Amino acid sequence: MRKGLAGVLASLCFTAAATAGVLDDDRADILYHRYDGGGVTIDGPSLLVRKKFAEQYAATASYYIDMVSSASIDVITTASPYAEERKEYGLGFEYLRDKVTYRLGYSNSRENDYDADTAYASISQDMFGDLTTLTLSFARGWDQVFRRGDDTFSDQVDRRVYGVDLSQILTRRLIAGLSFETVTEEGFLNNPYRSVRYLDPESAVGYSYQAEIYPGTRTGSALALRGRYNLAERMAVHGEYRYYTDDWDIRAHTAEVGYTYGLGDNWILDVHYRYHTQDGADFYSDLFPRRDFQNFLARDKELATMTSQTFGFGVSYGFTAPWLSFLQKSSVNLRYDLILFDYDDFRDVRSGGYEPGTEPLYQFDANVLQLFVSGWF
Amino acid sequence: MRKASMVLPAVLAALALGGCAGAEPWVKPYERELLADPVMDWDRDPVSSSYLRHVYESREGARGAAGGAGGGCGCN
Repeated sequence: MRKGLAGVLASLCFTAAATAGVLDDDRADILYHRYDGGGVTIDGPSLLVRKKFAEQYAATASYYIDMVSSASIDVITTASPYAEERKEYGLGFEYLRDKVTYRLGYSNSRENDYDADTAYASISQDMFGDLTTLTLSFARGWDQVFRRGDDTFSDQVDRRVYGVDLSQILTRRLIAGLSFETVTEEGFLNNPYRSVRYLDPESAVGYSYQAEIYPGTRTGSALALRGRYNLAERMAVHGEYRYYTDDWDIRAHTAEVGYTYGLGDNWILDVHYRYHTQDGADFYSDLFPRRDFQNFLARDKELATMTSQTFGFGVSYGFTAPWLSFLQKSSVNLRYDLILFDYDDFRDVRSGGYEPGTEPLYQFDANVLQLFVSGWF
Repeated sequence: MRKASMVLPAVLAALALGGCAGAEPWVKPYERELLADPVMDWDRDPVSSSYLRHVYESREGARGAAGGAGGGCGCN
């Protein structure tokens, strides 16, 4: 679930990342991605193409596929392993007029139990002699939620995202950014397959399951501050901090630091470390005292109190080749990230021989691989 | 956060209006060579950062203000 939200945020992020005043160069990327962790494997291709017209207009097209094979702890304990496929495509248009860039876009994500449509618009303005870029953005999402094996179930999610992004050149070596974003959602926000567990003396294992019940609305806001500093020629460090809060009482802090090094004319190396910590939603519990204990019930581990740490590196090789004469330059890129997830109140109920609520806390590692080629034309 | 959501647009609006006054840039265009290096890009490869950001959004409770990305799920 949450594919729709991802689409909305992705759309906004593509707009905010761009710089007003000059449209980005013509470019095409083909990427293979693979995620492997916690019993879940997801891989597939991704394609992104952008093309300028008359230096004032640009069009962007994207296509993305997830091929999911899941035997996660949630699936193993309350359902059956499954495989599915998700396809997403997007179209965007940009218009540059003097120091102002206008953007419009649309994306659609489709799979057998979830459809998401997203429309977005943004406006960016360069000012203070092009030292400052201010972007205001808005997106609207409409999702349809279904449930495999239950043709009678269908529900909706309505979503709005408001964003402000400020990019500021501070010195000859330092650039800073400030982003603020609010997301409001209304509708069926549950995962229709997830369950909560509660103490049940009549059960042989001491507990039973019932369906999750989420509130019908959610509003969250995130504020992020980031900076990038040029240490020396072809050498930079970056840092970022984000604070997130919402009306489900989730509070999260996320920080990342990284180092980028250009080796000769062709190679670029990246290393980065990311730390995320969050307090769980106020209606979350690993084990409720009884059935229907309260109005809202969740045991979705994404809403638990948890931390994640990422250790990542990337390497890019840029080149020009006579047999690719239609491209100005090309690059081959490899990225790898190891993510360690640790949960403070989500227990591994696959472990036998424990009293309910005393099972070991759940944790897992994920390997994330990206291999892609890029061409500028 | 509610307070921040009201103050921030006001500050940004003031900055935007200030921009109309034609302020003198303290870093001249010819002094931005280091900033133009690809190692200084906020988002050098959008197709990649977009993917990785969605990996996090599917598995963590926080989202937004990421400054660049999306795509992919496997939340079950």
